[in-house]
Amino acid sequence: MRAFPGTLPTVISERLSKKFSRNLKERAIEAGLFFAAFVSVLTTAGIVYVLLKESVLFFTHVPIWDFLTDTQWTPLFDDAHFGIMVLLSGTITSSFVALAVAIPLGTTIAIYLSEFASPRAREIAKPVLELLSGVPTIVYGYFALLFVTPILQILIPSLPGFNLLAAGMVMGIMIVPYVASISEDAMRAVPMALREGSFAMGATRLQTAVRVVVPAAVSGIAAAYILGISRAIGETMILAVAAGMQPNLTFNPLEPAATITAYIVQVALGDLPHGSIGYQTIFAAGLTLMLMTLAFNLIGFYMRKRFREAY
Amino acid sequence: MTAATHDSVRLRALIATAKRWDVIFVLGIIALGIGLLTFAALFLDMLIDGWSRLRPEFFTQFPSRRAGQAGILSAWVGTTLVMLVTATVAVPLGVAAGIYLEEYARKNWLTDIIEINITNLAGVPSIVYGLLALGLFVYGFGLGQSILTAGLTLALLILPVVIVATREAIRSIPANVREGSYAVGATRWQTVKDHIVPYSMPGILTGVIIGMSRAIGETAPIITIGALTFIAFLPPSPVTAEFPFLSFEWLQAPFTVMPIQMFNWTSRPDEAFHANAAAAGTILVAMTLLMNGLAIWLRFRLRKNIKW
Repeated sequence: MRAFPGTLPTVISERLSKKFSRNLKERAIEAGLFFAAFVSVLTTAGIVYVLLKESVLFFTHVPIWDFLTDTQWTPLFDDAHFGIMVLLSGTITSSFVALAVAIPLGTTIAIYLSEFASPRAREIAKPVLELLSGVPTIVYGYFALLFVTPILQILIPSLPGFNLLAAGMVMGIMIVPYVASISEDAMRAVPMALREGSFAMGATRLQTAVRVVVPAAVSGIAAAYILGISRAIGETMILAVAAGMQPNLTFNPLEPAATITAYIVQVALGDLPHGSIGYQTIFAAGLTLMLMTLAFNLIGFYMRKRFREAY
Repeated sequence: MTAATHDSVRLRALIATAKRWDVIFVLGIIALGIGLLTFAALFLDMLIDGWSRLRPEFFTQFPSRRAGQAGILSAWVGTTLVMLVTATVAVPLGVAAGIYLEEYARKNWLTDIIEINITNLAGVPSIVYGLLALGLFVYGFGLGQSILTAGLTLALLILPVVIVATREAIRSIPANVREGSYAVGATRWQTVKDHIVPYSMPGILTGVIIGMSRAIGETAPIITIGALTFIAFLPPSPVTAEFPFLSFEWLQAPFTVMPIQMFNWTSRPDEAFHANAAAAGTILVAMTLLMNGLAIWLRFRLRKNIKW
């Protein structure tokens, strides 16, 4: 066969001349799609910008040191104090209660689903868990205030109508599906050979689960806990409804207390003028919240990545 | 010989003891299941509490100071309109972003930044989106405490859900579909438009439904932008009698939504309002369960039908 450099058949050369306009259209579409993906970066930038801008204004009035160490939170009083510790104590206490519920329940469910359940039971249980996690949190708040608190008041008569215990417990139930689902993924990623080795040595299912599978999946399970913590810290409506909105420096779950999120809701429900110090406090509180959840999320994602790459 | 037999007998006894723990564990799981069922019973209890209020008038009356006359008209209309804005914004943006990341993006630092952002945004507490909207949409862009602001806020909130679902759906399409399309001379966009998007449609739809069901129940960000809890009028109608028959005035209207209405009734000390809250809660739960159930069913169907 002879080659004719530079003398392409006309059909092909016509096709090639169309390439330019075709390329232009392709480029334009790609740019459009890129912009859509870039919106996520803009959103993050927007969040950082808004939180920092108002927080900087806030910290020109209130020294950071006072913000971190003051033991009173009375931003709307004449004698204003801005001690974030007060709100933080509510957030930490309620999250602690939530984890005390979610970690044992979530881990047990995960072990069961991954190591014991028949494929059919798993096929039913997983969607049910998913459905539970889809329930709006305001509905959980309603349960905490009007069902769980009255029941707890029978057991602990001195319990006030608003308390961190009921809110935290319901919050725990809310994050069980979340913890269970991520832990189960981690356990299922453990190779079968490890289990087979354990069974061959005469271990039972539970022994295999607890001593072989759980240790092998530990970084994934830890990630589930940490992402659960981050959920609990950011949860708003359950606490706004059931834990009261009174700032209270306490680590006692039997008391009412406001969390960072509940405080933001309280201020937003009122009528604070734009630009006032009260308006700026919710952004400073939001910044604190954002930094906390960001830290937990980063650790969680890092650990999740590790368990994926392990095998 | 006898020592070995003795050992194996002891081993068997040990295994038998250990197996008893297995039984105890499974019994524990059953107890746990019952516990979770009790929680499901709470939904039933809520339905019973709200039942007396679940009458047609409940849907056609405005909120009122008297519990017996209060309804959710402004709330469900508000929710519908906000969801309309959310879907209009979040679905095209999310699907486009998912397509870009799966089909177009090169492996470089910019793509990495976008991916990290999306994973991170999925973990940002919803109330922070409310603060973003308050600072940027309400005061920065001057959109006010309107349906448009709420819709945009929720759209940003569910964007990661839509993006992740789109990416997963696209990723499950085997490479030879693309190769076949390129082999007959299709461009990248033609491949995406004629093959990738249609084949990933059920997966995308699942993600959109899950995202929307999350948006319907979100309360915190909407409260943060300053939505009112007592609205006794409807936003201007989107359809008008005169030309051009469509009006967008409703975008700027003040509004309330279902979860805020429920929050308002729940936090009132007067117990008569709690029945209203229960009724509103029942409707909310029914809607989200229905949507999630639909999504799960869709995914189940999808897994069954497609065999590449």
